Amino acid sequence: MEKFEKLTGIAAPMPLVNIDTDMIIPKVFLKTIKRSGLGVNLFDEMRYDRQGNEIPDFVLNKPQYRDTQILVAGDNFGCGSSREHAPWAIADFGIKCVISTSFADIFYNNCFKNGILPIVLPQEAVDVLMKDAEKGSNARMTVDLENQTVTTSDGEEFHFEVDAFKKHCLLEGLDDIGLTMAHVKDIDAYEARMAQERPWV
Amino acid sequence: MTAPKTLYDKIWDAHVTHEQEDGTCLLYIDRHLVHEVTSPQAFEGLRMAGRKVRAPEKTIAVPDHNVPTTLDRVSGVIANEESRIQVDALDKNAKEFGVNYYPVSDIRQGIVHIVGPEQGWTLPGMTVVCGDSHTATHGAFGALAHGIGTSEVEHVLATQTLIQKKSKNMKVEITGKLKPGVTPKDVTLAIIGATGTAGGTGYVIEYCGQVIRDMSMEGRMTVCNMAIEGGARAGLIAPDETTFEYVKGRPHAPKGAQFEAALNWWKTLYTDEGAHFDKVVTLRGEDIEPVVTWGTSPEDVLPISSVVPDPESFKGGKVEAAKRALDYMGLKAGQKLTDIQIDTVFIGSCTNGRIEDLRAAAEILKGKKIKDGMRAMVVPGSGLVRAQAEEEGLADIFKEAGFEWRLAGCSMCLAMNPDQLSEGERCASTSNRNFEGRQGYKGRTHLVSPAMAAAAAVTGHLTDVRELMSETENA
Repeated sequence: MEKFEKLTGIAAPMPLVNIDTDMIIPKVFLKTIKRSGLGVNLFDEMRYDRQGNEIPDFVLNKPQYRDTQILVAGDNFGCGSSREHAPWAIADFGIKCVISTSFADIFYNNCFKNGILPIVLPQEAVDVLMKDAEKGSNARMTVDLENQTVTTSDGEEFHFEVDAFKKHCLLEGLDDIGLTMAHVKDIDAYEARMAQERPWV
Repeated sequence: MTAPKTLYDKIWDAHVTHEQEDGTCLLYIDRHLVHEVTSPQAFEGLRMAGRKVRAPEKTIAVPDHNVPTTLDRVSGVIANEESRIQVDALDKNAKEFGVNYYPVSDIRQGIVHIVGPEQGWTLPGMTVVCGDSHTATHGAFGALAHGIGTSEVEHVLATQTLIQKKSKNMKVEITGKLKPGVTPKDVTLAIIGATGTAGGTGYVIEYCGQVIRDMSMEGRMTVCNMAIEGGARAGLIAPDETTFEYVKGRPHAPKGAQFEAALNWWKTLYTDEGAHFDKVVTLRGEDIEPVVTWGTSPEDVLPISSVVPDPESFKGGKVEAAKRALDYMGLKAGQKLTDIQIDTVFIGSCTNGRIEDLRAAAEILKGKKIKDGMRAMVVPGSGLVRAQAEEEGLADIFKEAGFEWRLAGCSMCLAMNPDQLSEGERCASTSNRNFEGRQGYKGRTHLVSPAMAAAAAVTGHLTDVRELMSETENA
């Protein structure tokens, strides 16, 4: 997995609350058996009309937001399905960080598995960042995972919390399965114990 | 003496195989359910790393999201090429990795969350995961069950564990009794209406109270199924005699002395007196009405007797979201919900595709016809539910009323197969999500119970089911 360290880039504002996984990647694109190539269909039904033409009003279609790397979004981002296609599409588009007041649980976890940093901040902070994002491509936001800060283009800095282990994995780009395999003896021991205690499982 | 524990605490503790200093745990997974949409990349990952499935005997695969539900599927060919590729990939992976498998041709095939309990794979006190958010369904058995992403699917396939940190405990108590015409679907929607779609974020919910105790396993599964719609990682209900009775004799449930041993442990699975909950929500069963959603989030729910709300009556970002929802749904503030005309009725899904759901809908439809021009379909949750409904005469009631009687699958709940709404088509649906585009591009979804769906099919508009119930039922 790609490491996440420090990122300075364009942030796009999406103030809508409850942006769900069907909005992020509609189900027609779930029929793939690959992980890559979904970026072009990110937010598909908001981004394109039925003929496949771009809807100019949609934020990521505006010239100043085409190279967006950070998304500032309304509350409860990523609610709905467990589809990892949602973070795959986000990552494939080039977005590496999403900031909101809250995230749906499964989506939040899925982000870390794909080198995306989801940041939770209080409403007041998200409001400031949303305003900064509205400035477009002249305003670059900076996300520093090591120091756990987001800095606006004006230099206003916000500290965010992140689970220490998740942070470590993201900074180092660690592979979960590899990490768990180091504990294979514990798993063996648990299975042996359960064969005695709960043999019906 | 140890501190009192919640049901969640007990199941969690029984599955920790390793704990790091920061509380991050390796949680052992007892059952891993797999379907065709979220698994191909995970199997591919194993193949590329030269890994095996660690516990194929604990892994159960069934295609459900993509499968056609029309009767011609017995020919074995799926017309949509992408769908066919996914279903074929599951078939190939299930065989190559040697996991339990119910192919499309098997009568036991159906929606993974209906097949698991039906076959006795899901048992009290287990950990159950699936690359599907509605895995919460299995919590009805007192199993810790939740959805995972594809990376985690691969992780569970390879290691039979999941890297997890413990969630917080939330109690949702429904006291008293439900009024006639009020169903588990109304209960679960009413809870989301009260807590919001993010109200459960970071929590595992335990549902309790007399209303839950009085529910069948089918009803409890409906309630837990939508825990995720309230943002919770999982929903749980402590197992009791109703649970044990349901489980006993299922193909993969323990038998004889093993059953007795299991039962002894299952009976310890309840929240201890005085255990701590981080959040408590209480609803009175008597206060819950038959409900319907008006917007594009499951929290947009109101009693059927209400009117479409004014977006300005909300706060913060919800004002814009409600405006957008009304525009999408083609509704006006102040409009009576019962005046909303319906084009299509869908009965099915992992929320409401079980036998009891079909009975409830058939009860309303008996001797009646659906409104002229109405498109109505029943998609049983599994081949066995379908067979049972045929045996009980329910299928005949549906067919005589004018419903299509389909084969098992997820179908129009998420419209990955050909069962879709067209632009602007309005559906009363027993499924779980009313998101934009969920049932088809620009399709409009109103979430309801099976009885309410049947009522709408008859009258052609959203309807208070109690108006169609006989005097005795309503007493």
